[in-house]
Amino acid sequence: MILLRTGLGAVCALALLFTSLLASELRADTIKVGEINSYTRLPAFTEPYKKGWQLALEEINAAGGVKGSEIEVISRDDAGEPGTAIRIAEEMVTRDEVVLLWGTFFSHVGLAVTDFAKQRQELFIATEPLSDALVWSKGNRYTYRLRPSTHMQAAMLAEAAAKLPAKRWATVAPNYAYGTDAVARFKEALTELRPDVVFVEEQWPPLFKIDAGATARALEAADPDAIYNVTFGGDLAKFVREGSLRGLFEGREVVSLLSGEPEYLDPLGAEAPEGWIVTGYPWYAIEDPAHQAFVEAYEERWDETPKNGSLVGYNSMLAIAAVLEQAESLETEDLLAAMEDLTFDSPIGEITFRASDHQSTMGAWVGRTAVVDGEPKMIDWRYAPGGDYLPSPEEAMKLRPAE
Amino acid sequence: MGFFIAQLLTGLASASSLFLVAAGLSIIFGVTRIVNFAHGSFFMLGAYLAYSIVGLLPLGVLGFWGAVLLAALIVGLIGALIEFALLSRLYRAPQLFQLVATFALVLIIQDVALWIWGAEDLVGPRAPGLDGAVRILGEAIPEYDLALIVIGPLVLFATWLLFYRSRWGVLVRAATEDREMLAALGVNQRWLFTSVFFVGSFLAGLGGALQLPRESVSLLMDLNVIAEAFVVVVIGGMGSVPGAYLAAVLIGELNAFGVLWLPEITLVLPFLVMAAVLIARPWGLLGKPERGGHETLLAERPLSLPGPALKAALLAGLLLLAALPLFAESFTLVLMTDVMIAALFAASLQFMMGLGGMTSFGHAAYFGLGAYGAALLATKAALPMVPALLGGPFLALAGAALFGWFCVRLTGVYLAMLTLAAAQIVWSLVFQWREVTGGDDGILGVWPADWAASREAVYWLTLLIAAGGIALLWRFAHAPFGYLLRAGRDSPQRAGAIGIDVKRQQWFAFIAAGTFAGMAGAIFAFSKGSIFPDELAIPRSVDGLVMVLLGGLHSLFGPLLGAGAFVLLEDWISRLDYWRLILGVVILVIVTAAPDGIAGGLRRLWALLAPRREVRP
Repeated sequence: MILLRTGLGAVCALALLFTSLLASELRADTIKVGEINSYTRLPAFTEPYKKGWQLALEEINAAGGVKGSEIEVISRDDAGEPGTAIRIAEEMVTRDEVVLLWGTFFSHVGLAVTDFAKQRQELFIATEPLSDALVWSKGNRYTYRLRPSTHMQAAMLAEAAAKLPAKRWATVAPNYAYGTDAVARFKEALTELRPDVVFVEEQWPPLFKIDAGATARALEAADPDAIYNVTFGGDLAKFVREGSLRGLFEGREVVSLLSGEPEYLDPLGAEAPEGWIVTGYPWYAIEDPAHQAFVEAYEERWDETPKNGSLVGYNSMLAIAAVLEQAESLETEDLLAAMEDLTFDSPIGEITFRASDHQSTMGAWVGRTAVVDGEPKMIDWRYAPGGDYLPSPEEAMKLRPAE
Repeated sequence: MGFFIAQLLTGLASASSLFLVAAGLSIIFGVTRIVNFAHGSFFMLGAYLAYSIVGLLPLGVLGFWGAVLLAALIVGLIGALIEFALLSRLYRAPQLFQLVATFALVLIIQDVALWIWGAEDLVGPRAPGLDGAVRILGEAIPEYDLALIVIGPLVLFATWLLFYRSRWGVLVRAATEDREMLAALGVNQRWLFTSVFFVGSFLAGLGGALQLPRESVSLLMDLNVIAEAFVVVVIGGMGSVPGAYLAAVLIGELNAFGVLWLPEITLVLPFLVMAAVLIARPWGLLGKPERGGHETLLAERPLSLPGPALKAALLAGLLLLAALPLFAESFTLVLMTDVMIAALFAASLQFMMGLGGMTSFGHAAYFGLGAYGAALLATKAALPMVPALLGGPFLALAGAALFGWFCVRLTGVYLAMLTLAAAQIVWSLVFQWREVTGGDDGILGVWPADWAASREAVYWLTLLIAAGGIALLWRFAHAPFGYLLRAGRDSPQRAGAIGIDVKRQQWFAFIAAGTFAGMAGAIFAFSKGSIFPDELAIPRSVDGLVMVLLGGLHSLFGPLLGAGAFVLLEDWISRLDYWRLILGVVILVIVTAAPDGIAGGLRRLWALLAPRREVRP
């Protein structure tokens, strides 16, 4: 036991020594950017994302970097805690002297860093968090966001839902900000398009603690024509299983947010629901050459297929390279100037960060789920460009606090 | 009618899953008195193992149920091994050491599971032969639910047989009643405890494995199940297996019908029930009142006032801290600000636990209340920084006064559980009262006033508050209040006999501890510029316990050392892959190597280096 203890102690000490040595070995001609994400809290989503940006980083640096300098990413784990994320952000801007911050997965961590960016006057590019507040009600001049927000994706689904004959709708969403936002926006958008629909039931299971059997039965009891689902991850798997056992989805349309993303769809395997209208990422069927090149490079590098997170990670790195390339200097003010209406080429076409509300025009795919050869897939899909689901620049500016 | 029955059956099926996990936890607690935080991890391991084994065995009924049993057996063996190698060393340490050790296991098992099974959620097969639904009164009921409804009572019966109809059971029950007597009769307790841990872990593994047809296997399973399992164990009565079943049915049905009528407050419902039960019947529905003599306290030296040398050292340390911004780099100040906030938080917890003898599993609630109080005053009431900072802790004071009044009526682990319930109620409130608290979007823009905006100013302000708060707590410890508190802790009867109102002293201590935690929270909100519900969730309370125990439960300096060690360690190693595993191992090493914490370790080191000095035991 004593030997074991000493051994472990020595290993820990060596590990610490090694990393501090690595950290101090700084290359002079690099541009440092600081990336924060919830790698240990939700690895199922953040690991493919990391692989995505690492691939882009390697490609960019192999091609000579930007302005003759290599990009160096300092990446840290916030463990899903906003307080930790702030401390890491402080370290990155003071000790590491990064030129900008980017990343985060959870909406609340994203919002915390957004506020930090404003306070410390640093550029922050939020990549994954979906909260509308990030660019609208809590937006500020230092923060931009890449992924299509809750508002945009709910609007895409409402558009498809309005074409269904269904009149009586029920909703099920996790009981936290993302869930409540997603339901509120969907209701609003659908009622606008179809004033004749009624919402007859709502269920709010606690996040990742759904009592799926009871929830499915409660929805069934309201006898809706269609269901709008916002659950994801483990909750979704439970809900699908218990719901299909109880015949909840028979003869009902289901519209489901994010469920077409490989992160959430793949684990369901052959049990994936068929015919649900979803937003997601059918990477296997997008035939655009630029996208196919991305998929091939990703599979070559990581020996696995890409997820939605992989694309988000890849595009984030491209956005960062673009802003570094276009900015006159690495000072925050110059970077901010370059971010305004910054347009860059991505595997899925041109993406622009709107100057009006700092939201990018990256879109999502809307389609129906199906099981093809035992594998869950999206079919009948179309790409919904993000810009089509955003308010006009004038309206968007009104949504943001005055600065 | 059919609908009602169907919902009832759905509730019973969830109750069976819940019962299996809770039964194991209850058995382990009843015999070994270990509050096993890692029980949820055993549940998760059971599910992962069953997923892997079912892929290896031939498909079919035998393959599926064989995999479930095999997975449970392996988890049972892992549990027994952990008890034998690790926890058995901690039976003589204060109860909280075991809690912290099991928390370290949670961290380690998380990373090991990530390493073995990867990050993606895994969906296992449905149970062969039970993959459909039957119609009962026109409603579709899954066959597997019916199987679970049967399995629950079967396991209950089997454990009853084991405990009441086998020699092993007789010995285990005897060990629960009186360990010393059993040892005197020549029974090898080591083996008995290990076997109890085997049975408890087996049940957790079984519960996890049986979830395979119902949910996807993921890394979130451990923490999701543990809070609910605690609730069931507490409601049923710790150590009572039939009680666990009764409570599981209660909670299962409450969830099943709760979603119909109150879909938005299902988070808080179980904890409200738990609090109500604890207040009315502290030992649970079918439990027995706790008898004295279970808590093994380390012989403690009386507190002595610091001598001149120590005073000088303290002053020098304080001056050094105050001068730090003159030569340290910016980020060191940020980190040290976090350390000082953690130190005040840990000191307030130590005041309550070490001096008051009251263990809190929910101390983060008061940290969070103070932080939210300050944040609300600063944003909603638009008060300037100083009044917000001073006013915020009053919310923590109010919360501590309210919950403390109920909590101090209980003792030991029941008190700890009621603090946990109180914290969860506060957390659910903050999480769901979005109009006021912003829900999980938190409150943003709580930045310091312009004069205090620099990192140096925040650092000095934190130093002022933390040092002032800690000095006040130390002053309390050496004041008559502190003596009365310690008298009540060491011998409640004697203290009562000489006219000390022990409960009242404890209530005051509870309020003081809550208020100082709130002060730490208030400055935290300003140093981070924002506050979120995470800061009053269970993991934050556990962090506090880890800090106190790392430092040393019975030393006033302990919390300072513990908080410093914890924050710096976490900041340092969180740069590495698999850092939770490393942190868990480090905590285990410290817990087993220095059961009296860093302060005790230093004291022993001092005794070794200066052997001529008189060392009191």
